[in-house]
Amino acid sequence: MLKYTLSRLGYMVVTLWVIVTITFFLMHLLPGTQLKNEEKLPPEIREQIIASYGLDKPLMVQYGLFLEKLVQGDLGNSMNLDGRSVTDLILQGFPASALIGIQGVIFGVIIGLALGIIAALRRGTWVDNLSTVIAIAGVSVPSFVAAGLLSFWVGVKWGILPVAGWESWEYSILPSLALSFFVISQMARYVRSEMVEVLDQDYMKTAKAKGLKRSAIVVRHAMRNALIPAITVLGPLTINIITGSVVVEQIFNIPGDGKYFVDSITTNDYTMIMGITIFYAILFIVAIFLVDLLYGVIDPRIRIASAKE
Amino acid sequence: MSANAAKELSPELFEPVASEAGAEERILRERVGFWKDAWRRFRTNPGAMAGLIVLALIVFFAIFGPMMNKYDDHTNNLTISNQEHIGDHYFGTDNLGRDLWQRTWHGAQVSLLIALLAALIDLCIGVTIGSISGYFGGRVDDILQRIIEILYSIPNLIVVTLMLLVFDPGIVPIAVALSITGWVPMARVVRAQIMKLKSQEYVLAARTLGAGHRRILFKHLIPNVMGPIIVAVTFAIPSAIFFEAFLSMIGLGIRPPQASLGSLVFDGYNYLQIYPYQLFYPAAILCLIMLAFNLVGDGLRDALDPRMRK
Repeated sequence: MLKYTLSRLGYMVVTLWVIVTITFFLMHLLPGTQLKNEEKLPPEIREQIIASYGLDKPLMVQYGLFLEKLVQGDLGNSMNLDGRSVTDLILQGFPASALIGIQGVIFGVIIGLALGIIAALRRGTWVDNLSTVIAIAGVSVPSFVAAGLLSFWVGVKWGILPVAGWESWEYSILPSLALSFFVISQMARYVRSEMVEVLDQDYMKTAKAKGLKRSAIVVRHAMRNALIPAITVLGPLTINIITGSVVVEQIFNIPGDGKYFVDSITTNDYTMIMGITIFYAILFIVAIFLVDLLYGVIDPRIRIASAKE
Repeated sequence: MSANAAKELSPELFEPVASEAGAEERILRERVGFWKDAWRRFRTNPGAMAGLIVLALIVFFAIFGPMMNKYDDHTNNLTISNQEHIGDHYFGTDNLGRDLWQRTWHGAQVSLLIALLAALIDLCIGVTIGSISGYFGGRVDDILQRIIEILYSIPNLIVVTLMLLVFDPGIVPIAVALSITGWVPMARVVRAQIMKLKSQEYVLAARTLGAGHRRILFKHLIPNVMGPIIVAVTFAIPSAIFFEAFLSMIGLGIRPPQASLGSLVFDGYNYLQIYPYQLFYPAAILCLIMLAFNLVGDGLRDALDPRMRK
């Protein structure tokens, strides 16, 4: 287990380094200038600005400096927002993004679990059909369309919840719901098929033969075993939530990292694009790593299998 | 009962049946090959058939829809801007008075084209890398697997964004950017299948007969992996459509005045509160395409590999 963890950690570092390097060099291939109102600047000031960002040094030196600063957690200053630190900006936007993301996942997992379990227990009934329909619809209706439907019906037509901005908790409900659609569908689909498989196992018959109550059989024996594989869905889900939040934050005008990301692309804010790219890469990689570890810890069969390898 | 039966017995009942040499060997039923068998299973799946029909309709309209009224997708007519029901503008007009019916189907063309192109590139790279990795194994496999592992954990959100910042967004650059990480799932599927198949007897037989690696791969192994490959392609298409729309949203998609379904959806957001139809029509087509591909993909998976079905 320790060996496995260490080698995974090694991969994480290599992957991150690859991403950082590619990002860095691609950013320097970009067309367009990083300076605002370049033509209005006197040459001395222009040179001063360029020197202050280190853009006058050879590329490899810039790369070295960039890596050195990165290790210290310094992502440089934003080129567009008057020299504010990129790290500060990212941390400032993170709570909003994290709130809608986590709420979306929690809500989606609860509803998805419930749907999947009920569908498996009542196979072939309308609940089962409903959960199949939801599972397929959730994959086919992207979060940006779900966001539109929600903000039109709930926000504009019924006027129950605010559609844009970020002032109180109510503002996070619609974005979280828009993100949760995909989670619900994936969870429901996966949990249902796992439950169906577990319910056919011999130990379910044994439990029934022992005279256990149906509720005890379902909760203690079926659900426990069915939920373990469901954890693997959490990795891809995290990725989907982060991608989705970029769009959803834009639509609902939420001051989170996703919105900063889009804004920095439209304003050619190179340091900011690089900062958020790296930040997202870290989030993704750490999330997948944690899910893999969790999986091994919870299910002893996996632990043994990987030890044998 | 038994008395009746006894009465009807007569000697001719006990004569041997005329036997013809090889009659037992003759195949009476029509031969059912793998593809025919798969189609037979696919046909009985109502969801998959519905998906196929929706898909056929959408492709039909994407090709012939623009010929159904006399407008085009880029001419402004500010006197009729933002009209939902007007003349033969079936989907109404947008804020510049452009015909939304035209723009939606032209957009559908662009989205489908990008998705198909991306899936095709995924297919070529994925099958090549996957089969080399699975067939040769050893060090080649090790190196390719390490590369795949790293690529797999680079989120495509990041790769696609970076690529399109550097290259000008158009149909081909978007498709290429989508396939940079898009081929990885395909390669994994192909590798796993080839590894399973390469130790089977018919491969050994082919090798004994003197077949080279190339012949074994192309004639024997890859045709046997076609099922999973087709399923993987079917699922790659909706995800490419999603990412194309996503790119339009962050300003890196198809450039106006050309439109894709994604960019139409996001144009629609600007007027959601007053003219919701401008969002709903393209969004509905986008969802239908994704739904249809997902249904067909599910159906194909069940039809091509009956063991997977629960």
